[in-house]
Amino acid sequence: MTFMSRLLGAASIAALSLTAALPAVADGTVIIASTQVPRHFNGAVQSGIATGLPSAQIFASPLRYDDNWEPKPYLAESWEVSEDGLSVTLNLVDDATFHDGEPITSEDVAFSIMTIKENHPFKSMFEPVESVETPDEHTAVIKLSQPHPALLLAMSPALCPIIPKHVYGDGEDIKSHPANTTPVGSGPFMLEEYTPGESIVLKKNPNFFLDGRPKLDELIVRIIQDPSALLIAMENGEADLYPFMSGSQEVKRLEKVDHLAIDAEGGAAIGPINWLAFNTASPKLEDKRVRQAIAYAVDRDFIINALHRGISKPQRGPIMEQSPFFDDTIPAYDVDLDKAKALMEEAGYADGMDLTVDYLPGVKEQQQTIAEYLRSQLGKIGINVTVRAAPDFPTWAGRVSNHDFELTMDAVFNWGDPVIGVHRTYLSDNIRKGVIWSNTQSYSNPKVDELLAQAAVEMDEEKRKELYAEFQQIVTDELPVYPINQLPYQTAYDKKLTGVPTGIWGPLSPMDTLDWSE
Amino acid sequence: MTFSILLKRLGYGVLLMLGVVVLNFLLIRLAPGDPAMVIAGEMGGATEEMLSSIRAEYGLDQPVLTQLWIYISNVATGDLGQSYFFNQSVTSLIAQRIGPTILLVLVAQLLSILLGVFMGVIAARRPNGPISAFVSVFATVGYAVPVFWTGIMLIIFFASVFPIFPVEGMASIRMRNAAWYMQWLDIAHHLVLPAVTLAIIYLAQYARLSRASMMEVLGSDYIRTARAKGAGERAVLFRHALRNAALPILTVAGLQFGNLISGALLVETVFNWPGMGRLAFDSILRRDYPTIMGVLFFASMMVVVANILTDLSYRLADPRLRGKG
Repeated sequence: MTFMSRLLGAASIAALSLTAALPAVADGTVIIASTQVPRHFNGAVQSGIATGLPSAQIFASPLRYDDNWEPKPYLAESWEVSEDGLSVTLNLVDDATFHDGEPITSEDVAFSIMTIKENHPFKSMFEPVESVETPDEHTAVIKLSQPHPALLLAMSPALCPIIPKHVYGDGEDIKSHPANTTPVGSGPFMLEEYTPGESIVLKKNPNFFLDGRPKLDELIVRIIQDPSALLIAMENGEADLYPFMSGSQEVKRLEKVDHLAIDAEGGAAIGPINWLAFNTASPKLEDKRVRQAIAYAVDRDFIINALHRGISKPQRGPIMEQSPFFDDTIPAYDVDLDKAKALMEEAGYADGMDLTVDYLPGVKEQQQTIAEYLRSQLGKIGINVTVRAAPDFPTWAGRVSNHDFELTMDAVFNWGDPVIGVHRTYLSDNIRKGVIWSNTQSYSNPKVDELLAQAAVEMDEEKRKELYAEFQQIVTDELPVYPINQLPYQTAYDKKLTGVPTGIWGPLSPMDTLDWSE
Repeated sequence: MTFSILLKRLGYGVLLMLGVVVLNFLLIRLAPGDPAMVIAGEMGGATEEMLSSIRAEYGLDQPVLTQLWIYISNVATGDLGQSYFFNQSVTSLIAQRIGPTILLVLVAQLLSILLGVFMGVIAARRPNGPISAFVSVFATVGYAVPVFWTGIMLIIFFASVFPIFPVEGMASIRMRNAAWYMQWLDIAHHLVLPAVTLAIIYLAQYARLSRASMMEVLGSDYIRTARAKGAGERAVLFRHALRNAALPILTVAGLQFGNLISGALLVETVFNWPGMGRLAFDSILRRDYPTIMGVLFFASMMVVVANILTDLSYRLADPRLRGKG
């Protein structure tokens, strides 16, 4: 046995010295830990945060945004919107090149915008775009069929990557183009190596058009799908930045780590709203008083402070509360069980009813826990709730998109301008069976349709705010969905990092100023 | 003679794999939801046209039996198709993953056989001694405990109490540009916990089996003869007894191979090990039919090959079986 113990001792020493041999921080390299697996890197044809994060590093876009929702120059050094709102001129920087050395021209911008218009899942982003004219190499003029105030936000890095026409315009189907996984980009970082589902190694683009950027030599996305393994990697310094952290357990645990800081503000434009959706076509739920009764029975404060341990932010309406279009005067439905019971009685359900609640199988405490909470809470107003579990996303999405549900916990994203992510839930012509995150509530109100149609083309920001205010008043009264909170997309990062992306697009912004402090 | 046996085994193997393909194809389609829905989910929404174009692109709008026929004929020509999720050929995805899985499974297999047999032999020497009792208890516990639980316990222990082993992944990303031997050391370092986790279950079985088998052999006449000749204890145990006791161990080792691969699925998921098991797990959640099918195809092929090899090695080890069908 002495041999065995000696062997064990030697093994431990070897293991320890190997651990010690790992450099704590490699100069100029930042490792991002992510649970998200991208299908590919071409954000022009694939939305979502998994593709969005690397895509915003690999591709530049015409504009980027500051913390106050104001557009800033990026590939376009300046831009003008015509008086009638029907054309938008982009003046591109002169010396920008793609990663293969080819210059970025207005042709590429035109190609990218038309490609996105035809292929991106968010149709409304560029729907009014009729053509993009290219009077010279550095000028692109976007011609619109109607004024389109959402256009500028739609030209953000997360939504409008400028892709090279000479690579993607070769006639192959863009959605399955081989260059989607071996992209030739225009952004601060170039793809060096991708191991599907494992890691994305990005290296500095030495010819990036913004001088002195990016600061880092290497940006590596390490995909760790198991959250506990990911937390350990963050704790022991194997990873430096963890975006889209949304579990209170994760936040509370990493808060205690000395070398880490946590940002809870970034990403308001991504706008993830966690809500309880009603199938208004169900006979039991067609009366808005029943929906209001349920809203009055739900204690938002309890959910946020107890179930989410204070890490979520409250959200009362369909538009993110940080957005300039949010109307602060909408009702909050603060918990009031007497009012809830009275409403149930008025609606003719004094004896209560049976309801089933589904939930998106995402972060457990955001959806499943609330669904389970509803069972006890709604019991107090005579509603007997059954929680129906779904083992995975396709199961849940299959039910909800085919309107086979009564109540469901769901998270739907704003994606910048309300035209992109908000309208889809409420427009009556977007009641489409089989399509998840369409108007699966079967909500229909001609007045809402009209207000949204007007807001989509109103170029005067103040007037647009008024239209959205009226819309928010109506839908928070009629409640096709009852918004509860914002998903707490927080970013944990090493305190020695500077330039951490905390703007309105959060980690979907180019990380060209991210750096280690001296 | 051996050649015709081999052919026969191969024939069974091909039939078996055909069955695996058909059954898996039908089973996975019983799960609700489809890949188009998953892709829409990843993207935060999609239009109707987009969903139907995805379905048309992947042939999901065809009747299931037509899809099955197309799939089988493609597999017959060596084409496992394109992953719906990763936009890459399934063959290339598996090529990236098969190495880590084989490494994990082989190391775990070796570890469990060597340690298990060693423990069994030691225990068999004194069937009523304390070591034997320990081996029995350890074997029962090791076999009864679910592999993911062992994995998670090891992670907790080595992550917080005694942090000498990395608890996830196969290689440290910071070692990417290190010398090759450092990279190998790094992989070995990462391999310790997953391999031990996977080995524990099977180790227990080998220990039990070799203990029983050795006890039987140790009571036989030729062992008494060997002892009477004055052979040393070590020679008796390892040269005379173990050789005969090893036959059942060999059989079980071959049969275990399939279990090891399915065990690897769980271990890979727990330890974020970049192998085929995790690829299968991820693909099931995403309804990535071609990838699931491809992984199962390869896994069953590995099991079939392992069984054939066991069969052959069995014949090599036991002269009595040579030449028999």
